Amino acid sequence: MFEIFGVPSQALFGQLLLGLINGSFYALLSLGLAVIFGMLNIINFTHGAQYMMGAFAAFLLLRHAGIGYWLALLIVPVIVGATGVVIERLFLKRIQKLDHLYGLILTFGLALIIEGLFRNYYGSSGQPYGVPESLQGGRNLGFMFLPNYRAWVIAFSLLVCLCTWFAIERTRLGSYLRAATENPALVRAFGINVPRMVTLTYGFGVGLAGLAGVMAAPIYNVSPQMGSDIIIVVFAVVVIGGMGSIMGAIVTGFTLGIVEGLTKVFFPEASNTVIFVIMIIVLLVRPAGLFGRSA
Amino acid sequence: MRLIAFLTFTAAAVFGTAAQAQVNVKIGVLNDMSSLYADISGPGSVTAAKMAVEDFNPAAHGMKVEIVSADHQNKPDVGSNIARQWFDVDHVDVIVDVPTSSVALAVSDVAREKNKVFLISGAASSDLTGPKCTPNNVHWTYDTWMLANGTGKALVKTGGDTWFFLTSDYAFGHALEHDAAAVVTANGGKVLGEVLHPLNTQDFSSFLLQAQASKAKIIGLANAGGDTINAIKQGAEFGITAGGQQFAGLLVFVTDVNALGLKTAQGLVLTETWYWDMNDANRAWTKRWQAENAGKLPSMVVAGVYAETLHYLKAVATLKSAPDGKAVVNQMKALPTEDPLFGKGYIRADGRKIHPAYLFQVKKPEESKYPGDDYILRATIPAEEAFRPLKDGNCPMVTN
Repeated sequence: MFEIFGVPSQALFGQLLLGLINGSFYALLSLGLAVIFGMLNIINFTHGAQYMMGAFAAFLLLRHAGIGYWLALLIVPVIVGATGVVIERLFLKRIQKLDHLYGLILTFGLALIIEGLFRNYYGSSGQPYGVPESLQGGRNLGFMFLPNYRAWVIAFSLLVCLCTWFAIERTRLGSYLRAATENPALVRAFGINVPRMVTLTYGFGVGLAGLAGVMAAPIYNVSPQMGSDIIIVVFAVVVIGGMGSIMGAIVTGFTLGIVEGLTKVFFPEASNTVIFVIMIIVLLVRPAGLFGRSA
Repeated sequence: MRLIAFLTFTAAAVFGTAAQAQVNVKIGVLNDMSSLYADISGPGSVTAAKMAVEDFNPAAHGMKVEIVSADHQNKPDVGSNIARQWFDVDHVDVIVDVPTSSVALAVSDVAREKNKVFLISGAASSDLTGPKCTPNNVHWTYDTWMLANGTGKALVKTGGDTWFFLTSDYAFGHALEHDAAAVVTANGGKVLGEVLHPLNTQDFSSFLLQAQASKAKIIGLANAGGDTINAIKQGAEFGITAGGQQFAGLLVFVTDVNALGLKTAQGLVLTETWYWDMNDANRAWTKRWQAENAGKLPSMVVAGVYAETLHYLKAVATLKSAPDGKAVVNQMKALPTEDPLFGKGYIRADGRKIHPAYLFQVKKPEESKYPGDDYILRATIPAEEAFRPLKDGNCPMVTN
C-alpha cells in the first residue's frame, strides 16, 4: 500500500469510486436538464421538485399500494413524466416564444409551489424508504466496502445516460428532434407534429428526474427539500458542461462527482463549494461551457 | 388644544384603571414554520402554546391572553426583525420556542434590550445559559451540554470508549462536538478523529468510510435534522452497524427516528427530556395535541413550549403584571415549576430549567407495537446531574 499526498491509496480509490456514484446522480439530473434546454430552450427550475416527486412517488406506491422498488422504477418515471406533460401543455407552451427568463421564473415558481404542497402534507423531516431486498449487503473490494445498491446505481445510470445520448444523437427520431429545434417551421412542413414532439420531450426529461428520484430514495432522506438541496449543484454541472450539450452533461456529471469526492478527502469543509469554484473558472475561460457550442 | 389634551388624559386614566383590573398578555411563537425544523417545532408549537393557555384558564385569573406566530426561516436577521416589530409595534410580552441557535442568540439580545421575556425551547446552544445568559431568558427543554453528557457518558460507561465525530461545520456542530469530546475524555474514553462536513450534506459515504477506517467503536453525530438522517441511513448501507461500530446521535428527535424508520434506526442511543409514550399524562396530552396535528408525533420541543408557557402565565398571574420582562423572569425563578409533562422542577439563576433527562434506545421493528412506539428507556439521568453545573457555565450574572 502506498500513499498519495499523505492519503493512503486505499482511501483514495474508495473516494474515487464514491465520487463516481454521486456523479451518476448529477449526470442523470443534468442530462434531463440538458435535453429540455437543448430541445425546448427552457431552463427547467422545476427539475429538483420533479426529482423529489419521483422519490415521494416511490414512497407512496410502497406505502399505499405495496408496490416495491423494481416496479416503481418503471412506473414512477411515467407518472412524473405525465405531470411534466400537463405542465408543458398548461404553462410552458404559452411562453415558448418569450425570453428564457420567463420560463425560468415560471418553473422556479412551480418548484416552490410543489415543494410547499408536499411539505404541507408530509412534513419536513422526511419519510423512510429502504434498499430493495435483492440489493442489500455489499462486497469487499479490498480497498473499500461497496454496497450492492451503489454498484447498481452506477451501472444503471450509465446505461440510461448512454441510451438517451444514442437516441438523440444517433437515431432518426433524435434527428427529427434536433431539426425541430433548429427550424420548427420547416420540420412541420414535412408533416411532423412538432408541438407534440416538444411536449413528449419535456415529459421525457421530467421522467428522467423522476427516475433519479426513485434511485435516490433508498440512500437519501426522502423529504420535500431534497430537490432544492441538489438542484443548484446540478445547474452548476450543466453550466460547466455547456447548456444543452447531452454528452457534456453526462461527462461533466461523472467528472464533477469524482472531483467532489476527492475534495472530501483532502479538504472536506470545501466539498460543497468546489463545484462552484470550477464553474466560475470555466465561465471565465470558456463561457459556453466545456462541451458547449458558442452561439 | 387644551381640550384635546384633557380628553386624552382622562381617557388614559379611565383605560389605565381598566387595564389594571385585567392583565393582558400577548405571546409570540417564533420558529421555523416551513423548512428543516418545522416538524420538531413549527405549527405544533403553536398548538402547544394554545393548550397551555387553555389549561391555565386566563379568565379565572382576571387575564386575557392572545397568541401570535411567525416564521423566522432559520435566519437570524429575519428572527430579530420580527422580534423587534413584535415588541415595539404589536405589544408582544413574551417570545417562545425559537429553534436554531443562531436565531435564538439574536432574539435573546433583542429581548434583553427591550426588557421582555424570552422562553427558549427549540434552540440547543448551552451558551444561552452560559456566556450569553441574560436576566430575560429561560432555557427550558434541552441544551448541547445535556445531550453530550447524557449520551456520551452512558456509552463510554458501557464500553464505547473510542469515538470518531461527524461534525456539522458551524457553531452548533462545533459546540456539540466540543461538549461531547470533553465528556468522553473525562470518563476515560478517547477521541480518535473527526471530520467536519458542510451543513445540508446529501452524501455522507466519504465521511462514513473515514469513520469506518478509524476503527472507533462509536461514531458520534454532532449534527442535526436531515444531516443526521442521511448519515444514519447511509451508514446502514455501508455496513457500519453490521461491522460492530455504533452510531451515537447527539441530537435526534422522535420525528427523525420516524423519518429513518425503525429498521434503519434500531439500536441508536439518544438522549431526550420528554417522550410522548412515557406515562399516562404524556399520552393524554399527546392525544389532545394530535387533534390539531393529525398523524404527527410531538417532539420534546413542543412539550417544552407547553410547559414554559404555562409556567410563565402562572408567574404573570402572581405578579399581576406582564410588561416588565426581568420582573416576570425573576418571578418564574422564584416559583417552583410543576406541570403534567415535566413534573416538578425549578429554574436556576442562569435561566436554566432543571429536570431529569432520559437515555433511550430505538426499538427493533418487531418490538414496536403501534406507530410511534419507538423507544426503550435505558437510563434516567437525575435532574441534578442532567445539566451543566451552575459554576461551570461562565454566566456573567452568576459569577459577578
